[in-house]
Formats: sequence, C-alpha cells, structure tokens
Amino acid sequence: MTTETKEISKKEAFLTYLLRLADDRLILGQRMSEWCGHGPQLEEDLAMANMALDLIGHATALYEYAAEIEDKGHDEDYFAYFRDDRDFVNLQLCELPKGDFGFTIARQFLFSAFSYFQYERLKDAKDEQFSGMISKHLKEIKYHLRHSREWVLRLGDGTEESNKRTQESFDELWMYLGELFHMDEVDELMIKEGLGVDSTKFKEDWKKLVEDTLIEATLTVPDWDQFMMSGSRKGIHTEHLGHMLAQMQFLRRSHPDAEWK
Amino acid sequence: MENQEKLDEFQARIDAGEKIEPKDWMPERYRQQLIRMMSQHAHSEIVGMLPEGNWIERAPSLKRKLVLLAKVQDEAGHGLYLYSATETLGIDRSELVDQYLYGSAKYSSIFNYPTMTYADICAIGWLVDGAAIVNQTMLARSSYGPYSRANVRICKEESFHKKQGYEMLGKMASGTPEQQKMAQDSVNRWWWPSLMMFGPHDSDSPNSAELIKWQVKLKTNDELRQHFVDRMVMEAEAIGVTIPDPDLEYNEETGHWNFGDIPWDEFWNVVKGNGVMNRERMKARRAAHENGEWVREAANAYAHKKKLQQEKAS
Repeated sequence: MTTETKEISKKEAFLTYLLRLADDRLILGQRMSEWCGHGPQLEEDLAMANMALDLIGHATALYEYAAEIEDKGHDEDYFAYFRDDRDFVNLQLCELPKGDFGFTIARQFLFSAFSYFQYERLKDAKDEQFSGMISKHLKEIKYHLRHSREWVLRLGDGTEESNKRTQESFDELWMYLGELFHMDEVDELMIKEGLGVDSTKFKEDWKKLVEDTLIEATLTVPDWDQFMMSGSRKGIHTEHLGHMLAQMQFLRRSHPDAEWK
Repeated sequence: MENQEKLDEFQARIDAGEKIEPKDWMPERYRQQLIRMMSQHAHSEIVGMLPEGNWIERAPSLKRKLVLLAKVQDEAGHGLYLYSATETLGIDRSELVDQYLYGSAKYSSIFNYPTMTYADICAIGWLVDGAAIVNQTMLARSSYGPYSRANVRICKEESFHKKQGYEMLGKMASGTPEQQKMAQDSVNRWWWPSLMMFGPHDSDSPNSAELIKWQVKLKTNDELRQHFVDRMVMEAEAIGVTIPDPDLEYNEETGHWNFGDIPWDEFWNVVKGNGVMNRERMKARRAAHENGEWVREAANAYAHKKKLQQEKAS
C-alpha cells in the first residue's frame, strides 16, 4: 500500500467515522424533538427540548467538521438534507419511533450510557479540533445520562403500570443493542490512527451500568444472547428512517437554491 | 367586606410605585385578577409551543432547527416560571392546568391560527413575539413583584425570539420568488391577529380600568397596540414586506400611524373556539396531559417510596 492511498483511506475513514457519530445524534435528536409540547409534564418538555437541542447541536458540529475533512465544498446542511436513506449510517436504535415516554427514556438511557463511555475515550483522540468538540459535548452527555437514568429508576420502581411499560420498552429495544459494539475496517483504521475507540473495550463497563440500573429499577435484564440486528453502519435501516427523512428534508429539497440559514 | 382603610393603604402603596409581594396584604379582587392574567399568560406560553413545534422537524437548515428548538424550550421555561409566580398567590399549578384543559381558563387566541408554511414561524417571531414584547415590557413594571420579575426575565429571551424571526423573514423577503411569496403571505395572515393580541378596544375591555388603577397594567390595550403598529411599519419597510392594511397612513398631528378597522368579528369567533386550530390545540394538550398521567403517578410513587426508605433508615 502506498502512502498516498493510505492517506486517502484515512480521510475516508475519518469522514465515515464523523458521519456515524453525527447521524446517530441528528436522528435521535429529531425523534426527541417530536416531544416538543407533548411531554408528560412541563419540566420534561423543557428537559427533552434541551436534550434534542444538545444532540442536534453535537451533530451539527460533527457535520461541520466532516465537511472540512471531506473538502468538497459541502456544508453541514448537505449531510443532513441532501443524503438519502442508504447514505445515513446512524444506529437503527436511534431511528425507532419515539413510542411512549418510557420508550423514549429507555432508549435515551441506553444510548447516553454508550455515548458516555465512547466520548470518555474519544476525548483523547489525536486531533485537537475533534477531541475539543468531544470534550465539550461530553459534559452534556453526562447530564443526559443522569437525567435518563433517574427516570429509568422512577419508572421502573414507580407503579405497576410504569414498571410494565418500561420493561416492555427495554425488551423491545434490546435487539438493537448488539451493533453498538460492531467493529469494522473504519473503526480499526481509526483506532490505529489514534482517532477512534474500540467499543468492545468498554462493553463490560457499559453492560454493568445498564444492568445495575435495571436491577435497581426493579426491572428484568433482557437476554443478551437473543437475536441482534445489524447493518446500520452500512446504511441498512428500518422503514421508519425514510419517513423521518422525507419530513425532515422536504422543504430544503423543494427549494435547494434558496438561502435558509 | 374588606376594610376601606386597608384598601386605601394598598392603593397608596401602589400609587407610590411600591411592589406588592406575596406575603403582603392585597384585595381579594387584585389576587383574582392576577391569577387570571398570569395563568392565562402561562397557558399561552405552553399552547404556543404547538404551532412552532409544528416546524421543528421540518426546519430548512440545522441552524434554523436549533434556533426553533431553543425558542420552544424557552417558552416551556417561561410557562414554568409564570406558573411558579402564580403559585405565590396561593393556587396550585395542577389546579391552573385543569382550569384551561377542562375548564374555562383562556390562552392567547393567536395560537389558534395554523402555521402552514415555514415563513409563518418567521412571522410569529417578528409579529407575535414583537407584540408580546410590547406587552411584557409594560408588565415588567407591573405592581406585583413576582409577575414583574418573571416578565423582566421573559423579555430578555423574547427579544432573541423576535430577532431570529425578523432576520429570517427578511432573508425570505429578499430570497427566491417562492420565498418572497411565502414571506408576504405569512405577513398577510398574521398581521391582523397580531394586532388583536392586545385585546379589545379600551371601550370594550371590562378589566382594563381596574388593572390600570392597580398598576398591574400600565397602559391600555389601544395605547400598546398603537406603539406596536408604529414600530412595525418601520420594520416592515426595512425588510421589504407589505403590511396588508390599505388605510395605514402617517398622521402628522399625532405622530402615529393610523390604521384600518380590526376585524373584531373574526377575533371573537376565534375566542369562542372557532379558529382553524382551536380544537386541535386543546386535543393535543389534553392528550399530552392524559398520556403523561402514568408518568406523573410513577414519579410520585417513587418519591413516596424513597421518602419512606429514608425515614426508616434514620
């Protein structure tokens, strides 16, 4: 392999890596924003709008950097508005419909816990701009984790109904967790370059946090060995994503030459 | 009967420009008027999240999506501290919420109009938040301390809300032909409803005189409306949108802009529940409240359990 091809592939891998992180956050933030004005209590309207704002804000910063790395004259909006379903590389976990409040909280907890361990390691990435962004976002992720964890405890250990609903949500979400720890050539190259993290290294820590929380919340930890979905990082998605993108992108695509910033 | 001496003393405090605080003596009628006004203000912030929330998912750029989310989040915050300020008058938030979801408490009629295009979001920022600022700047000097302070805080955030709407509307008004059309159409639809936000003419406003006597309000509906029109005429011109009022004319004598007749029939019709979105708004808010009941119950049950555990441990 020549130096030149190695450089290109590093650039491509970094771009893909940034897009995976950004897509997760945009899509989850978009789902979270659906709660706006429909939350179970005013404090949660505020908290959910805040989390959506953080997630989409993080995605925006990552897309901006991706555009810089890509160097094709695109901007952050290009990645959000002008790519199709197959181009999106977010986790399927993030695109599932918002469900009830328990489902939203359960997903947020699982994702925030994963992000927490991931960002704790990514903040030492050998790229100042990237690691700076990660450190900044990590503070907000800690809040998301604390907030969603507290709600898992309240809902799990609240009433019979809340326990049942929350248990069902975790059961339903479980098969989307396997691919949080899938590693491919992009991850491998990024780890080699000091830009990515090996998620299998913190899998046990993440599992422990999840299990401890569920047990404290008087919930049952679903079977880790059940069938697990895969394919997100190669652009394989549930049918839900296409509908979300249609809604998210329609106005921008209807008037592509207009100024919307 | 309230003691005349106490009433006079109260009025003297008001006239001297003193703030009334929650523990101070106040006429029952003053308390009731404030509860009505403040809770109506709070409900409006909450219902107001719906027409704008309608465009978060479809906002045409990430920047605009973030701005809109931040704005709607602010509104939830305004609702929260307005409810808290109202609670200082000895009424529970849950009771206030019940009054508007299932009773006769009102919220601002402006939110019963639909946001059909993205330009409506900009027009709301400019006109609706613009009108709200005029009103709330006055209320920031209101005689009731907690309400006055809540409005000081709200005004700071509202000026950002107005600015973002005005700025984007300006961009659309000088953008592509489609954007220009959308921008003007939104101004056409939101102009008159925004004038109606100041309430009926002084001659038809039964609460005004009393509220002004108590310095809850410092200006009449018509005075505030005129102030708003004078400002908006200049701002409309600056970004190249036309205010849909052929009678708009500068009056050299008064130094104000004369404007045409406000379509009050439409106003009262919407107040009565016949706006495009009245039913939808109430349906959405009731659904949020009812679907959230199990969550609130769980939170209460959990808090109760934790309290018992703590008591046992100590």
